[in-house]
Amino acid sequence: MIRVVLPSHLRRLASVDGEVHLEVTGEVTQASVLDALEARYPMLRGTIRDPESRRRRAFMRFFACEEDLSHEQPDAPLPAEVVSGREPYLIVGAMAGG
Amino acid sequence: MSGVRVLVGTRKGAFVLTADGSRQNWDVSGPHFSGWEIYHVKGSPADPDRLFASQTSGWSGQVIQRSDDGGKSWQPVGNQFSYDGVPGTHQWYDGTPHPWEFERVWHLEPSLADPDTVYAGVEDAGLFKSTDGGDSWQELPGLRGHGSGSSWQPGAGGMCLHTIILDPVRSGRMFAAISAAGAFRSDDAGQTWRPVNRGLKSEGIPDPDAEVGHCVHRIAMHPSRPDVLYMQKHWDVMRSDDAGESWREISGNLPTDFGFPIDVHAHEPDTVYVVPITSDSLHYPPDGKLRVYRSRTGGDEWEPLTNGLPQEHCYVNVYRDAMAVDSLDSCGVYFGTTGGQVYGSPDAGDTWAPIVRNLPAVLSVEVQTLS
Repeated sequence: MIRVVLPSHLRRLASVDGEVHLEVTGEVTQASVLDALEARYPMLRGTIRDPESRRRRAFMRFFACEEDLSHEQPDAPLPAEVVSGREPYLIVGAMAGG
Repeated sequence: MSGVRVLVGTRKGAFVLTADGSRQNWDVSGPHFSGWEIYHVKGSPADPDRLFASQTSGWSGQVIQRSDDGGKSWQPVGNQFSYDGVPGTHQWYDGTPHPWEFERVWHLEPSLADPDTVYAGVEDAGLFKSTDGGDSWQELPGLRGHGSGSSWQPGAGGMCLHTIILDPVRSGRMFAAISAAGAFRSDDAGQTWRPVNRGLKSEGIPDPDAEVGHCVHRIAMHPSRPDVLYMQKHWDVMRSDDAGESWREISGNLPTDFGFPIDVHAHEPDTVYVVPITSDSLHYPPDGKLRVYRSRTGGDEWEPLTNGLPQEHCYVNVYRDAMAVDSLDSCGVYFGTTGGQVYGSPDAGDTWAPIVRNLPAVLSVEVQTLS
């Protein structure tokens, strides 16, 4: 189970409280986690990644295990702590952009 | 009993203001979509319970919301706006070619007849259409691709398509306006377009009467007389009597002819409203006095409307989509300011009162007249 923390404006949009828990089949990467998230919550499509290029929106950031993963390759494996559910995958609105 | 529902988009959410036909006591709901910029909210003329809202943020881009119960509940619908084919380039501020990139929806114009059909005017300037209630969007590429698109340049607020007018009489005729490209007309339901800017003069472009390049801020039409259009341009208030084929200036005795919104009385096609702003660099009313100007002669002769509006120390602006009229017997006029006030007049502008005073900066105001 993958734990995902959304920023508050996207929690309101998706009508969720607290963390989102996702089952991800296959290798757990940023892309596969975001694919699973958007499949569960279609209203989030386009709000985290560009809907066509699937690149991260400029003012969204991805953190885990106190590391900034925003510039990592989308298909790179996520840390074992995220895969095991010990640590959440954080989707964060950048300190600029709002 | 009759009533009105005022749909207000602000920098940090949407608000819905409702009142009965007397328009004295108001119920305020909101913020809806708190924290997001709401560029526009508009109801379907064919089904007043169906509303569309453009919700955007610097973090998370574009969301379109739809309500099927008059704004009591909302659901996100389609937010993918893909330009048709290879988008190409337009001019950037420095004159270099710049790829067409979708930024946001400025204006939503529901069909006059079909509640599932709605048009969206977007930045970078393009026109999109949905026929499934906003679930999916397709560009009408004839506008961007009619020939002059590669020469369009953004205005200071971005290169936005901000005005969409559907002709209620001639089926298939519609108008669009873009900052800073100008006004355009289609006679075949948006398939093909041509510029309709003859008579406009803009000192801020190399050829002041060029076919395109004018910073049109807003166009308004009265539904009973669709060949007459009123325009607030960057500078100059203009009028066309031939569906945009030619324009003449009607600024007359206005204290300044710079401004953003323009609208027409619901029952008097020659009664027009504007809100003069000091200049292109001073986006606030002259002398700190908030004055709506009304012409009862279709332009040229204007009178200031001040009763109930602040007449000192007022330095707010009124954006292009932030004025609207209701169609009750005594026409109501409404506008919102960058200072977060929404003013209403139940008597066609003779007297004004704030409905709300402290909202976030108001981006848009629309009104539904409810029976």
